[in-house]
Amino acid sequence: MSLDTVKHANETPDIDQPWAELGLKQDEYERIRAILGRRPTGAELAMYSVMWSEHCSYKSSKVHLRQFGEKAPENDALLVGIGENAGVVDVGQGYAVTFKVESHNHPSYIEPYQGAATGIGGIVRDILAMGARPVAVMDPLRFGAADHPDTKRVLPGVVAGIGGYGNCLGLPNIGGEVVFDSCYQGNPLVNALCIGVMKHEDIHLAKASGAGNKVILYGARTGGDGIGGVSVLASETFDSTGPAKRPAVQVGDPFQEKLLIECTLEIFREDLVDGIQDLGGAGLSCATSELASAGSGGMRVELDTVPLRDSSLSPEEILMSESQERMCAVVEPGKVDRFMEICEKWDVIATVIGEVTDGERLEIFWHGEQIVDVPPRTVAHEGPVYERPYARPDWQDALQADDAAKLARPATAEELRAQVLKVIASPNQASKSWITDQYDRFVQGNTVLAQPEDSGMVRIDEDTNLGVAVATDGNGRYAKLDPYAGAQLALAESYRNVAASGARPLAISNCLNFGSPEDPAVMWQFAEATRGLADGCLELGTPVTGGNVSLYNQTGETAIHPTPVVAVLGVIDDVDRRTPIAFSEPGHLLYLLGDTKEELGGSAWSQVIHEHLGGLPPAVDLGREKLLAEILIAASRDGMVDAAHDLSDGGLIQALAESCLRGGNGARIVVPDGMDAFVLLFSESAGRAVVAVPRSEELRFGDMCGARGLPAIRIGVVDGEEIDVQGQFTLPLAELREAHEATIPALLA
Amino acid sequence: MTARVGVVTFPGTLDDRDTQRAVRIAGLDPVPLWHRDKDLKQVDAVVLPGGFSYGDYLRAGAISRFSPVMESVIEQARGGMPVLGICNGFQVLTETHLLPGAMLRNNHLHFICREQRLRVENAATAWTSDYEAGQEISIPLKNIDGRYVADERTLDKLEAEGRVVFRYLDGNPNGSLRDIAGITNAAGNVVGLMPHPEHAVEPLIGTGRTDGLGFFTSILKKLVNA
Repeated sequence: MSLDTVKHANETPDIDQPWAELGLKQDEYERIRAILGRRPTGAELAMYSVMWSEHCSYKSSKVHLRQFGEKAPENDALLVGIGENAGVVDVGQGYAVTFKVESHNHPSYIEPYQGAATGIGGIVRDILAMGARPVAVMDPLRFGAADHPDTKRVLPGVVAGIGGYGNCLGLPNIGGEVVFDSCYQGNPLVNALCIGVMKHEDIHLAKASGAGNKVILYGARTGGDGIGGVSVLASETFDSTGPAKRPAVQVGDPFQEKLLIECTLEIFREDLVDGIQDLGGAGLSCATSELASAGSGGMRVELDTVPLRDSSLSPEEILMSESQERMCAVVEPGKVDRFMEICEKWDVIATVIGEVTDGERLEIFWHGEQIVDVPPRTVAHEGPVYERPYARPDWQDALQADDAAKLARPATAEELRAQVLKVIASPNQASKSWITDQYDRFVQGNTVLAQPEDSGMVRIDEDTNLGVAVATDGNGRYAKLDPYAGAQLALAESYRNVAASGARPLAISNCLNFGSPEDPAVMWQFAEATRGLADGCLELGTPVTGGNVSLYNQTGETAIHPTPVVAVLGVIDDVDRRTPIAFSEPGHLLYLLGDTKEELGGSAWSQVIHEHLGGLPPAVDLGREKLLAEILIAASRDGMVDAAHDLSDGGLIQALAESCLRGGNGARIVVPDGMDAFVLLFSESAGRAVVAVPRSEELRFGDMCGARGLPAIRIGVVDGEEIDVQGQFTLPLAELREAHEATIPALLA
Repeated sequence: MTARVGVVTFPGTLDDRDTQRAVRIAGLDPVPLWHRDKDLKQVDAVVLPGGFSYGDYLRAGAISRFSPVMESVIEQARGGMPVLGICNGFQVLTETHLLPGAMLRNNHLHFICREQRLRVENAATAWTSDYEAGQEISIPLKNIDGRYVADERTLDKLEAEGRVVFRYLDGNPNGSLRDIAGITNAAGNVVGLMPHPEHAVEPLIGTGRTDGLGFFTSILKKLVNA
């Protein structure tokens, strides 16, 4: 095939172009022609198709995501907001923390190991591109039914990919989630979060400015993997009859990424770059157009200088390739030599592929002939925006009317005991250590807390003990019942988890996993969830710093549960004050904080015992969440509690079981007067936590809760080697441990 | 006075900064050493830290063994300089034949990260003198290629000469023959083990135990009193 140059495009306005195969709609193609005043060249068409994909352009979600900016709370901590590679938050002492959660859902279903591995790689480069040293990762994961044969294909591959890539980068994996639900059978959710730390003055942005500055591509060579990953894979519904999409999945090399991290950090230390961008989804198309779009000038790129793994690649393929472990930097001419020396030191290939111009166009050449001549903003930032129709689904009322309160409850104490064991052994409530033990949580030597703690916590300054904590949460069952409340409950749980470990919540990132935006019911779920999240963030004072939207998570007509995953970042001045979940000292008093109401809609109990999903999720009271968080943080700071555990899915009994097993101590529990034992143990009312208070602190702690108006009921004491719910049943820890820990290995090992 | 402990960074090394910190906490001066550099900067001892040097491509430790820095390390180790290889560093030491045997993929084929109890079998090496023989310690273990193997004769010889330095307790985590977690050379100056003492040196971090600090205080005493 002859080269489709700009000149050729001008001369042949009427030839057919494969816009539909590249995922573009007719009106989008017409719009490209209108922007350019001619038909696009093959290379231009490739660029627009990937950059205008749902994954890159957020064209269906943008109108709703705007609320995160419009409703953003006043917050001095936010240094860089939405729109950059990742948001940046001031955590004090001159430090800034950047964090973000992203999806790699579709690739991980097709090819679990590489899909999950490159998900880690991509988010780590996003964090690195902000100027930060990556310090930890987390993985919120969702799979189909635990006993489904395909889960046994997908989950071990995903876990091995996360471990194989993340462990090799030297990043501790300190938290996340593993959830099973048949709604994710053909659409597992593989989200990945990375946290990075830098000093304020080290923040870098993705922009190309200064005519004459060099554009340097460095890292791995470009190959044929991942071509069209964002447009073909991430932006369409799976069709069971479709052709194999495996070649669209990228292949990762963590060793190369580790070199890229160390090389880039050394380049930052010597202040050698003006602007920097990682290459992820949409590869060079994205990096060049975004850098040029955000900067002050144009850019000229000699595409034939790009180092290739496969010399037969066409210019279109080079522009679309999503080969991993690549970065693009803008460097002043006088600093290029030093930049190259550092790359050589780390055995990283680096090539000057172009320069910043004083024009306004992004121009790309192939052996001297021009194949791209576009205004970069039209590619990167001014893609199509859709106001997709949305409507509350007609089944929503019936779902909410199907109240969980009517489900049969245990009639006897023996039945209650049996149900407790069954819930605690169920795949969602069982210990995930078989999975998390495949991740390195110790590397870097700064891990203060890691799974199964409420949040992951790392120290960021060895001298002052300053630290940060992050938790990720989401509950698709709640969000299915009420997407507005479900998103707020995800936010509240994550916020509560951070506070329970003693850190002050500062800001959030999110990963919004939904079905097809072309379905008005799904779009309604999305609109409701984003509205709920934006309202919730405003009330809690935690701004959204960025995040990711993953749509088209559906197979045929069936969408996943709407699954907004929320990551809350908190700061703790002295990690020595952190609060673990373990009940480590017999004699400590157990207090239940918050109000326990009869709330079973969407609960773990209703799922495990009755396979039921209906009614309303627990009521949201963000004012109460704030108060609870303040109490938990103050108690941690002043040494009033020895352990704290948030209450969420599975209710009080789940939290007690986890804290007892973690500490190796039992608990004697007294059901408070007027309260039903079943409701006490299984209700999932929000805004609650259980804490272990040393006797010496009881008065002070009780006074603080009383003065602040937070309900705090003494429910028992840490003691013995069993959980003894007095008047009901006893559960020896050994029996509990067996139930809790045997499930996942039995299903998956 | 104190002593200088070199910590080697290969491409793909992960625990170099952690090891430098552990060396510092024990009261020693950490000296970063670069794989391309034959100059050991007059250090008194060397640690080869964990990680995936050269991506563990070909075989864990197989490429690092040929790096310029290792030429000097091998020469000095033969002359009696204390050398500690942790995890990937242990793999490098077996590749250099400073220590016998080899490491294979874990018998369950998964990466495993957990707190691991060990028994100190030999408290007379350069790196274990601050422990007592028979003492039980708990430090993190994290690897995928951690199954120690050697032929029967070598294993018998290691045991007969007291060169098994650590054994796994509470279940063998990877299928290592005779539960071997770490070994030493005949002179006792070169020690290699799979678990990570450098991750257990601060009460607040990681496992919350400081059972690994003894490696570094042992070498401090040896070097400073020498």
